Amino acid sequence: MKLSKTVTGRIVVGFTAFCAFSAVAAVAWIMGTIIWGGHSHISWAFLSQAPTEGMTEGGIFPAIFGTFLLVVIMSLVGVPVGTITAIYLSEYVNRESKLAQIIRFAVNTLSGIPAIVFGLFGLGFFIQFTGKNLDRVFSPDALHWAQPNILWASLTMALLTLPVVIVSVEEAIKTVPRELREASLALGATRWQTIRRVVLPGSLGGILTGAILAVSRGAGEVAPILFTGAAYFLPQLPTHFSDQFMELGYHVFIMTTQSTDVEKTLPIQYATTLVLLALTFTLNFSAIALRARLRRRRMAA
Amino acid sequence: MKKRFRPGEFLIERSIQGVAFISLLFICLIFVFVFREAVPLFTGKADVVTAHEEVGAAETYGEDASAPLPQAQQELEQKHVPFRAAALTAKDWQPVSLEPKYGLWPLLVGSLKVTFIALLLAGPIGIFAALYTSTFAPKWAREGMKPVIEILAGFPSVVVGFFALVVLASILQNLFGFQYRLNAFTGGVAMALAVVPIVYTVSEDALAAVPKALTEASLALGATRWETALFIVLPAATPGIFAAMILGFGRAFGETMIVLMATGNAALLTPSLTDPVRTLSATIGAEMAEVVFGDIHYRVLFFIGALLFIISFSLNAIAEFFVRHRLMKRFKGA
Amino acid sequence: MNEPTKISKLTVRNLNLHYGSKHALHDVGLDMGANRVTALIGPSGCGKSTFLRTLNRMNDLIENVRISGEIKVDGQDIYADGIDTVDLRKRVGMIFQKSNPFPKSIYENVAYGPRIHGLKDKAEMDALVEKSLRRAALWDEVKDELQKSAFSLSGGQQQRLCIARALAVGPEVLLMDEPASALDPIATAKIEELIYELKERYTIVIVTHNMQQAARVSDDTAFFYMGRLVEFDATEKIFTSPKNKQTEDYITGRFG
Repeated sequence: MKLSKTVTGRIVVGFTAFCAFSAVAAVAWIMGTIIWGGHSHISWAFLSQAPTEGMTEGGIFPAIFGTFLLVVIMSLVGVPVGTITAIYLSEYVNRESKLAQIIRFAVNTLSGIPAIVFGLFGLGFFIQFTGKNLDRVFSPDALHWAQPNILWASLTMALLTLPVVIVSVEEAIKTVPRELREASLALGATRWQTIRRVVLPGSLGGILTGAILAVSRGAGEVAPILFTGAAYFLPQLPTHFSDQFMELGYHVFIMTTQSTDVEKTLPIQYATTLVLLALTFTLNFSAIALRARLRRRRMAA
Repeated sequence: MKKRFRPGEFLIERSIQGVAFISLLFICLIFVFVFREAVPLFTGKADVVTAHEEVGAAETYGEDASAPLPQAQQELEQKHVPFRAAALTAKDWQPVSLEPKYGLWPLLVGSLKVTFIALLLAGPIGIFAALYTSTFAPKWAREGMKPVIEILAGFPSVVVGFFALVVLASILQNLFGFQYRLNAFTGGVAMALAVVPIVYTVSEDALAAVPKALTEASLALGATRWETALFIVLPAATPGIFAAMILGFGRAFGETMIVLMATGNAALLTPSLTDPVRTLSATIGAEMAEVVFGDIHYRVLFFIGALLFIISFSLNAIAEFFVRHRLMKRFKGA
Repeated sequence: MNEPTKISKLTVRNLNLHYGSKHALHDVGLDMGANRVTALIGPSGCGKSTFLRTLNRMNDLIENVRISGEIKVDGQDIYADGIDTVDLRKRVGMIFQKSNPFPKSIYENVAYGPRIHGLKDKAEMDALVEKSLRRAALWDEVKDELQKSAFSLSGGQQQRLCIARALAVGPEVLLMDEPASALDPIATAKIEELIYELKERYTIVIVTHNMQQAARVSDDTAFFYMGRLVEFDATEKIFTSPKNKQTEDYITGRFG
């Protein structure tokens, strides 16, 4: 082989390897920087106390609590709806039918819509339309539902994460062998019995993966809650669906761009970012590990 | 053995169907409700609301929902002349001034600048990284890469934005001597971090779908591995790689938090890539919390949202077309 | 083992091949004569395709493959250190079971190999493409549509295009892995005719499932069974008076 060819080959392989490793390096760099900058400020007090002194001191407990509440309400709505949609798509309609294609296209579209547009939708639909009409009926003289709150924010986020759940569950259902389904049907089980006793248990891992990924996404997105429920600072924790709430990602955004003293609060910013990163990283990592385990088990079977 | 009617089964089937249609319904609703708030701009009714009963209980969205608007601003709203859609094509975006200007050009150009820089970086990195893992890489690198990319994709955009704002911006400024610390270039570089995973994943899928028979044929002709990768595998996967770039474009164009934090947010219409910019998405994010419900500014922001919706919808459809039809057709013969 | 060939182009001695823990080829020794067609027959999984792929080191692409023994092309060991697989594959071309044209034009498919190997001159390339297509008996059918996609051709034409593509590199040996198994009888007949013409210039080794095909096209036949070379002889002898019982059973259709 000609020498120049070997050299070109080395360059090509080297360049592509460089591209791959630069992506890895970026991940390491970001994580390293944030861990380095934030770890020393993390303490039990930081995690368990509310911000003080105009948010230049104190902890971030309300933001952690708000984030937790947000993803819980979101999951309670989004995971069942997503799972059922996936069941419908894979068990009740023919995969190639027009209807299935339309729904799938809709789900794809949903997953491509920018997060900020979901925020607008939450404002336009939940607050200005649903909320306003609720108020018209139940409390004509005071704003109650027609303003940002944790319910509207969670529902907006549930819609945003719906595709994540649907795709995960559908993928899991697809891997349940046809033979098992046929065996169940041949024993005289109805379609629903087969789904409940055979298909769902077989795809539990996929549902869990989807739920974890959705939670991670929901905990990390800020744009959809900018004007549907997140608050700059609240003295009290939310106790009612119609309360506003503090949230980790929003807190990071506020602290870095609108804090009264950006320099002084830098350690708090780093530490808050670290908490958010650790949360989403842990969730994502467990989803990846869970999926890998499920795949391996399937291979072995 | 007559077909029996099972009420339970029927009920469950209907409920499942009903829930599935909720997903479909909401996508239509997104379309309807984002557009609904923008439409009055074009029907000449956009300025009526300012004189409406709701001005008294002016609602704002975001941090302080109950704080009343300053008196001055309310008076300012009253002076509105009827809105003409042509105003959107002006060259200035100054929505809060004595004579509000709603020209979208600076915002559109801002979005395009950031997107362009992000794709310029993330495109080659994502595509060549995918080529590396799908053809040259040893097994450990191949298997290690996927989770790392998924972790990168899982970084919340505020985390990337924070990193760009606090760390990256200073480094880039020192490196290139930018006049402004936060600018389109810095935002674009940060955005590339969010775009790499999508470009990589879609390209990798396309490259992996290239039939092994083609690779073998090329190697059997005495081509080296790299020649096969560059001249056979990569061209064969072009429709998929094109789709990857389109989806990457959509991601960058619609992303809000990163640009909100890292581009400087000044609605300037300049040719320079190193000036601060304000993108379409960031404008919604930054201003929606401060507008009065129903006034022109509010509706223009919804109009921008509608634009983002249409753009992402079209990009998705185009990408799907390229993967579904072009890529698959190309391999069918092989 | 008797040796029916005159001048041996490929010589194989003590060839053993393992896929992980599976012993796929046992002590195979075989001489393939220059300008002859050697057919490799045997039931599925007997190792004949694996054997074929050792001859241009295509098995190198599969992980966990270990090979020992000796394979020589014109007396040169192709598994020796410092042997370049690229050069080897230029000399030993391969035609696959399923036609696999590149998603390019007919012209570009044939030009791919020469271009990779450094041919730049347009006129020379045109001539080489024509020559290769002529030798693959495809020229008359495609000469007016060289810029059309290779996928516009029929299955049989696609396979002949793949042969032309292999010829354009200027190989000495052609390895064919069931080249007609996916084709209809008429297209198959054309390929067989082509093989007969090609052996004038090339040494051909062909794996086939089809006994009649082996009998029609080959000069020598090797029968593989369970990873071992059971019998090797002139085709005529193998098909009329096999020495081994297993060979006879296979040829007469009692198994496989």
